Amino acid sequence: MNTWVDFMIVAVLLLNLMMLSSSRIRSCIQIAAVQGVLVGVLPVVIELHHAASGPIIASFFSVILKGIVFPWLLFRALQEAGIRKEVEPIGGYPFSLLMGVVMFAMGFWLSRRLLHTGPLVSTLAAPVSFATFFTGVFLIISRMKAISQVIGYLILENGIYLFGAVFLGGQSLLVELAILLDIFVAVFVMGITIFHISRQFDHIDTQKLTELKDIVISK
Amino acid sequence: MITLLLITIPLCLGLISFLIRNDFLRRVLIILCSSLHLALACAAWGTWGGPQGEGWFVFDSTGLVFLLITSLLFFGAALYGIQYLAAESRSSGEEKGKRRFFSHEAVFSGCFLLFLSTMTVVIASQHLAVLWVGIEATTLASAPLIYFHRTKRSLEATWKYLLICSVGIAVALLGVFFLAVAYNHQGEMILRLMIVNAGAIHIPWLKAAFLLLFVGYGTKMGLAPFHTWLPDAHSEAPSVISALLSGALLNCAFLGILRGYQVCVAAGIQSYCQDIFVVFGLVSLVFAAVFILGQKDYKRMLAYSSVEHMGIITLRVGLGHNAVFGALVNMLGHSLTKAGLFFVAGNILSHFGTKKISEIQGILSGKTRWSGVLWMAGFLLITGTPPSGIFLGKFIILKEILSQGRYGAASIFLAMLAIIFIGMARIFMMMTLGVSGQKGSRDDDGHRALGGRTGVPALFFILVMVLGVYFPSWLRLVLEGVARELGGF
Repeated sequence: MNTWVDFMIVAVLLLNLMMLSSSRIRSCIQIAAVQGVLVGVLPVVIELHHAASGPIIASFFSVILKGIVFPWLLFRALQEAGIRKEVEPIGGYPFSLLMGVVMFAMGFWLSRRLLHTGPLVSTLAAPVSFATFFTGVFLIISRMKAISQVIGYLILENGIYLFGAVFLGGQSLLVELAILLDIFVAVFVMGITIFHISRQFDHIDTQKLTELKDIVISK
Repeated sequence: MITLLLITIPLCLGLISFLIRNDFLRRVLIILCSSLHLALACAAWGTWGGPQGEGWFVFDSTGLVFLLITSLLFFGAALYGIQYLAAESRSSGEEKGKRRFFSHEAVFSGCFLLFLSTMTVVIASQHLAVLWVGIEATTLASAPLIYFHRTKRSLEATWKYLLICSVGIAVALLGVFFLAVAYNHQGEMILRLMIVNAGAIHIPWLKAAFLLLFVGYGTKMGLAPFHTWLPDAHSEAPSVISALLSGALLNCAFLGILRGYQVCVAAGIQSYCQDIFVVFGLVSLVFAAVFILGQKDYKRMLAYSSVEHMGIITLRVGLGHNAVFGALVNMLGHSLTKAGLFFVAGNILSHFGTKKISEIQGILSGKTRWSGVLWMAGFLLITGTPPSGIFLGKFIILKEILSQGRYGAASIFLAMLAIIFIGMARIFMMMTLGVSGQKGSRDDDGHRALGGRTGVPALFFILVMVLGVYFPSWLRLVLEGVARELGGF
């Protein structure tokens, strides 16, 4: 059982690296979806033999959301915007990959400093969840297209969810569902906003959204 | 019971008003809902006898104070808002009948009421994960409100608001999970239970959790350097919404931090948290001072003034003792004054049709004189000139810093206040004095609408002045109770 959990967590990590190196937005959406499904079923796999109904329901909803609803929403937004590829990100793709490795190291360092509890389900869980979180933040900062930033947000959310899946039990189902609902509405509203941006600006490059800023020294 | 009504009434009415096609009916609904909310909030104050029950939604004294501020602001915003909506639909021409449901105004009213409902969830929730859900929901409910004008600029502001706040709040979610780990599976994260069982909390995880919560909710609260969404959203949103964002939403985000802080105080790491509060409070003050000095847009100036006040409030909570009480007084004063100022800014904007400071002169003369008077009064109140309630707060804080011997912090605090005062004085003077150039001013029809829109800010300003002169003892008692909960005295 533990090998399966380890296998899935390693897969999450590899998907991070794939995400960082791919330029086609279609495949980015697919990678995020696969990763979402993986972390979605993880709580059930961990407690395979004595799974209660609560985690199974939560996991069911999260798989539906992350595996079906989000990709569908994002593909629609993508179609609307009429783009296929991300432009070269800040620092280029090799740099992104390198950052992926650095972020994994950071995740290890952080979890070494924090962890105190005894036997865990998997020693890889904490570092990979932190690395996934950092990857999400990095994607949001370095990618230009609004839709890639939403994908970054999803990856970040996956990292947090992975952390929750491994470390938390004891929270009620209702709370978990409420959190999922929030994330769903967030992606939904972001999708609508992307739709509006592409209609108003004829592009979805957030780097070009620069009308609002402050100049400190008046000229 | 009252608590649940406070949440569900705006929720249901909000959902209904998405589907109402009649503009007038929807406006009546807004007024009805916000007056009901205010009445229920007053009832909650009247019948309150200490936090009762172990449920997810229970008002403690901290919640009550936040509830009062929020409910009052929404009531004012509703009164102002319906006149604003009427003026907007008049000036934008008749486009009705095109879309059956989800028209511009329907989305606005619906989101407005949902915003109230989600904010009440934040204030009432004792469960820290539910609190998170509420704060994220406020972001989502208010994003369409910022995009009301459907311009490119407002779209840009909406996108920044959505993305930056969502990421910030995601960080806070990680913080909530850390907190759960620190609490180590002792059941649900009900605040009062956590405080009782604080001895068993694992300290290193708690410290990390507090840091994440602070950064996450701090983003939403507009603490520098995570404030970057704030001036954009405040300047591009309709003025009613800017008032709510500034006066109510920022407070609610701060409540998120305070809930984490309450756990930390109980677990005995108060001084660790206080240092974080003081540092970020001072940084926010410095950022606000720098950006107010060269400001060209008066709504952005008000936004940076909010950053300043959030900084001051944070600083105060960090100082502890008496200053916590001062923080609450300041929060009350800031919410009312800033909301009033944004309402007046809305009047100025609809008269002059520009947000540029350099293009506006002589508000005090001509037809806008009442807005001009209020604009100057608001300036004096927000910068803490007596008899403003804010003056009282600022006085308490200075006494506290000096008595703690933090002379460095005191000098930064005073210097920044002086710079902000001068920066704002320059802007307000330039705008109010001189002769009104008729450039851009609209026809008489707009003025009549404007006349009715000075009442709400005037009421708020009078309330603030009353607080500065006469501080009712029942309010003082409750605020002192809150201050004790937050580690003051």
